[in-house]
Amino acid sequence: MRWMWIDRVTEFEPRTRIVTIKCVSLAEEHLHDHFAADDPALGDRPATPLMPGSLMIEGMAQSAGVLVGHAEQFRQKVVLAKINRAEIFADVTPGMTLRYTAVVDRLDAMGASTLGTVEAFNHATGETSPAKVAEIDLMFSFIDQNMSGMDFPAHNFVFSESFKTLLRMSGIEADF
Amino acid sequence: MTRDEIYSKVREILADTLSVDEEEIQPTSTLKGDLGAESIDYLDISFQLEKGFGFKIGQHELFPQGVAQDPKYVKDGKITPEGIDALTERLPHFDFSKFRQDPQLSKIHEIFTVNSIVNFVQAKIAAKG
Repeated sequence: MRWMWIDRVTEFEPRTRIVTIKCVSLAEEHLHDHFAADDPALGDRPATPLMPGSLMIEGMAQSAGVLVGHAEQFRQKVVLAKINRAEIFADVTPGMTLRYTAVVDRLDAMGASTLGTVEAFNHATGETSPAKVAEIDLMFSFIDQNMSGMDFPAHNFVFSESFKTLLRMSGIEADF
Repeated sequence: MTRDEIYSKVREILADTLSVDEEEIQPTSTLKGDLGAESIDYLDISFQLEKGFGFKIGQHELFPQGVAQDPKYVKDGKITPEGIDALTERLPHFDFSKFRQDPQLSKIHEIFTVNSIVNFVQAKIAAKG
């Protein structure tokens, strides 16, 4: 599925919290354009491609967006309005699994803000507990409530068929 | 909480939300013109005020919305005196005196000052008791 940056929803508490996972694979073409700066410590070993931070933010936006969208039964067009904070602490490379956790900070008729943590399981090292790799806090706007005077298409173009499939695949009811 | 204390906290919130230095923020600063706020920042400011001061802000309570769509309030690109009266009553935290002299809808954002937010917070805290 194009432009889906999460693979599965693993935990879900409506209006409160969502946990999703994303497996980072060398088969993802965009990775081949992103490398860390030269690291002399690596010697002759070729540099490993990196998951771009911007796509980690997108993964968090999709996770938190589902949580916020679900709160209004996907009737609102939930758009990412602002990245309140994004701090990335470590590189993410193919072979890792990312775990996104988003919690609702504020939710009202106009929009929502969420607090998020990204952790990585590094299967290459065999370490079983994940390491925190980022903190990403976002703000979402329900655009029909915030753009007075502007018209948007009536159908909900935010929550596409891909989201519906992902949610159903994860055992979450998605009738929109 | 004194007005000075409210002002200092509002200033902190605005500096953080709009990514500006606290020194740039004055009581008369306008959110859009002086501090560079964009439409979505207004929602963020509401959220941060709720969080910082511990009260709930209703939809359209802090910032007016939908004024431009009301033919009663707007004529030839200007807000009518009745419109300004209605807005003053609904949103007493704004100072409309300067706007009244040239009530062009395109200049409505000039009423969104730091002072107006401090007024709003002060009234909310007073109402809470």
